[in-house]
Amino acid sequence: MANTTTAHAHDDHDHKPQGLKRWLFATNHKDIGTMYLVFACVLFFLGGAMALVIRLELFQPGLQFVDPAFFNSMTTMHALLMIFGAVMPAWTGLANWMIPMQIGAPDMALPRLNNFSFWLLPFAFTLLLLTLFVPGGAPAGGWTLYPPLSLQAGDSFPLTIFAIHLMGISSILGAINVVVTIMNMRAPGMGLLNMPLFCWTWLITAYLLIAVMPVLAGAVTMLLTDSLFGTAFFTAAGGGDPVMFQHIFWFFGHPEVYILILPAFGIVSEIIPTFSRKPLFGYESMVYASASIAFLSFIVWAHHMFTVGMPLAGQLFFMLSTMLIAVPTGVKVFNWCATMWKGSISFETPMLFSIAFLFLFTIGGFSGLMLAIVPADFQYHDSYFVVAHFHYVLVPGAVFAIMAGVYYWLPKWSGRMYNEKVGKLHFWLSTIGVNVLFFPQHFLGLAGMPRRIPDYATQFADWNMVSSIGAFIFGFSQLLFVYVIWSAVRSGEKAPQRPWESATGLEWELPTPAPYHSWETPPSREVVAQGSVQH
Amino acid sequence: MRHVLGSATAAALGALAPLAAHAEWNNLNMPVGVTELSKQIYSLHMTIFWWCVAIGVFVFGWMIYSLVAFRKSKGAVPDTTITHSTKAEIIWTLIPVLILVIMAIPAARTLIAIEDTRNTELSIKVTGYQWKWHYDYLGEDVKFFSALDRASDETRQLKSGLDPNAVADYLLNVDKPLVVPEDTKVRLLLTAQDVIHAWWVPQFGMKKDAIPGIVNELWFKVDAGKTGTYRGQCAELCGRDHGFMPIVVEVVTKEEYRAWVAAQKDGGANETAPSNDAAPTVASIATAAPQG
Repeated sequence: MANTTTAHAHDDHDHKPQGLKRWLFATNHKDIGTMYLVFACVLFFLGGAMALVIRLELFQPGLQFVDPAFFNSMTTMHALLMIFGAVMPAWTGLANWMIPMQIGAPDMALPRLNNFSFWLLPFAFTLLLLTLFVPGGAPAGGWTLYPPLSLQAGDSFPLTIFAIHLMGISSILGAINVVVTIMNMRAPGMGLLNMPLFCWTWLITAYLLIAVMPVLAGAVTMLLTDSLFGTAFFTAAGGGDPVMFQHIFWFFGHPEVYILILPAFGIVSEIIPTFSRKPLFGYESMVYASASIAFLSFIVWAHHMFTVGMPLAGQLFFMLSTMLIAVPTGVKVFNWCATMWKGSISFETPMLFSIAFLFLFTIGGFSGLMLAIVPADFQYHDSYFVVAHFHYVLVPGAVFAIMAGVYYWLPKWSGRMYNEKVGKLHFWLSTIGVNVLFFPQHFLGLAGMPRRIPDYATQFADWNMVSSIGAFIFGFSQLLFVYVIWSAVRSGEKAPQRPWESATGLEWELPTPAPYHSWETPPSREVVAQGSVQH
Repeated sequence: MRHVLGSATAAALGALAPLAAHAEWNNLNMPVGVTELSKQIYSLHMTIFWWCVAIGVFVFGWMIYSLVAFRKSKGAVPDTTITHSTKAEIIWTLIPVLILVIMAIPAARTLIAIEDTRNTELSIKVTGYQWKWHYDYLGEDVKFFSALDRASDETRQLKSGLDPNAVADYLLNVDKPLVVPEDTKVRLLLTAQDVIHAWWVPQFGMKKDAIPGIVNELWFKVDAGKTGTYRGQCAELCGRDHGFMPIVVEVVTKEEYRAWVAAQKDGGANETAPSNDAAPTVASIATAAPQG
């Protein structure tokens, strides 16, 4: 059926349902990609608003605005929204848009599955957000859902678990789609080691997703039965073990961290060569480093829980395996530096965000290395030092890379250029804001401020105030991001086929804006050779 | 050099202590602490920090130099022949491995010391509750709860309108502190009644989770001559009032400690009779006991 339709509709390039149907019944990778990206943007602002509630309450000591229970809901929901609602859907949106264009395919391999995996998300997050209005309030036990605390939640609990299940299904389906697309739909001549790094890092990410999302589903299902059906997986009084949950959760959680950051490595690996006017240094070692990081992510999970009281041998093992991660990550950073070396560098907005990524992700890497040292971690653990660390890798890490990617590919998507001046203003405000926001949190943590507290001793007041000011600068400057995209799509200058003169990749061989069904016929071997990585 | 800087900073902080209620801009680093282990941990922290600084100077220097020297606006011409170098890749794989090995050895040594709970002289069972701590001096029949002090508790209420700066040790004070002797290997046996908590006093260098159904161990030995009051907080999210269950440890001389224990037994200052500073209840005579 599908085949005959495609064959008959072959000449009709832009045939698509109009109005609401185009989006509800979307099977086109670009439409679905757009929906993912818009969804991620909305959730980014919702999660950001929650972060601002947190920073507002922490602006000065004492409780001025919210009850501690609501404060805990805000930290919990902020994390769930940002991780599962903003960053992960943004990556899937970018994968949807870019992978078919980059490998020379007309669309994703499984378009109806694609539709389903997107449309699960609005329902999942509606359920999750509804918990704000149920008796007992939204989940407040932290996004890590550690029992027994998470079991103390009120009516929100089953809603939260069901929402997480839906998000997990959505992620798994999206990941399957990416794997099938990359494995089956590459144009002739596009070998695996000719693919752009964004495809590579996403392929690895997809395998991570398929491996660990079921683990999360298992963990939260056990929580659910502990809560509602009288099991005692994690209840000590019934013979269960609360620490077992942490092991299972972080067996998901650590690969999840790389799910959030690996596609960022891919994007930056495309943007830095373009604006350095030089091929990526060490392409193959980049691929192998990404794969090594993915492998290591499965054997380091307990470094999130050094203080639970593990045997000495366990602590030593997880310390050493965690330290090892610095090696492939270092390889990547050095490769990016070597790519810029003897290049011809210009500073358009995507490049600026990528450079900020390079500097600030490295700072997050340094604090990660410090956290790996178990004895020192006994001090850092659950302090603001950890908050600073993971926000450095996630905000100027993952989020900046997403923004870099949007600026980079927006001309190809929309056919129009964004306003470079506003883009640069957005960049500078974001970069200054993010550092004012998160750098002082290192000091707070080292000086002894625990994380997840709504009020603090007065010696932490000064840096908290600075951090809050940074939060408001960063938060409000994101409105510029929406403005710059909106104005580009509405009335930007027409973009040429290759707006960045030394950009390589099959996506740039397509006309601008990219046609609705990207590559209806596979690109010729010559085009593929031009638009792929050659050795 | 580093130690000199460290002690100079500590001295400066000490001198500023009376002003500390407000200006804490210089509160930037981990405390050196007052125990053997905390000093080792601090030294590991500073060592790995300086390694990071050194690597950072190199990497950031490389980046900044590239960004400045190879600007297109200055007419830089790209050398597109530089695409890979096996030699460079091997070098920047092996050097980090070497640095990690150098770091791992002292870290493992300290970790082994941390896990060595032999020869403890005093054991205290610590139980976390939502939201207070219970201390039980094993073999001494001294046990009591320790909760947020009343002044902090009043001030921390939502929209109380009270000024936290007017409360001494806001949120870091309790009605009845843990009392331990100096120069004594004290072992804490940590567990919890309801949810997971974590016991953390930064000056002792350590934190450990207190988990229902599990007994964890943590030990510290405060250096002789370092008597005084040390403060910390619960470090594992434990519900609504997670931010309001501080830990206060009074370190006293061994004689003072013996006198304190005797007074606890005589005065019956146990959990049945909360001290006059307890947040929720009325005053009692309990803390009239001499402090040695």
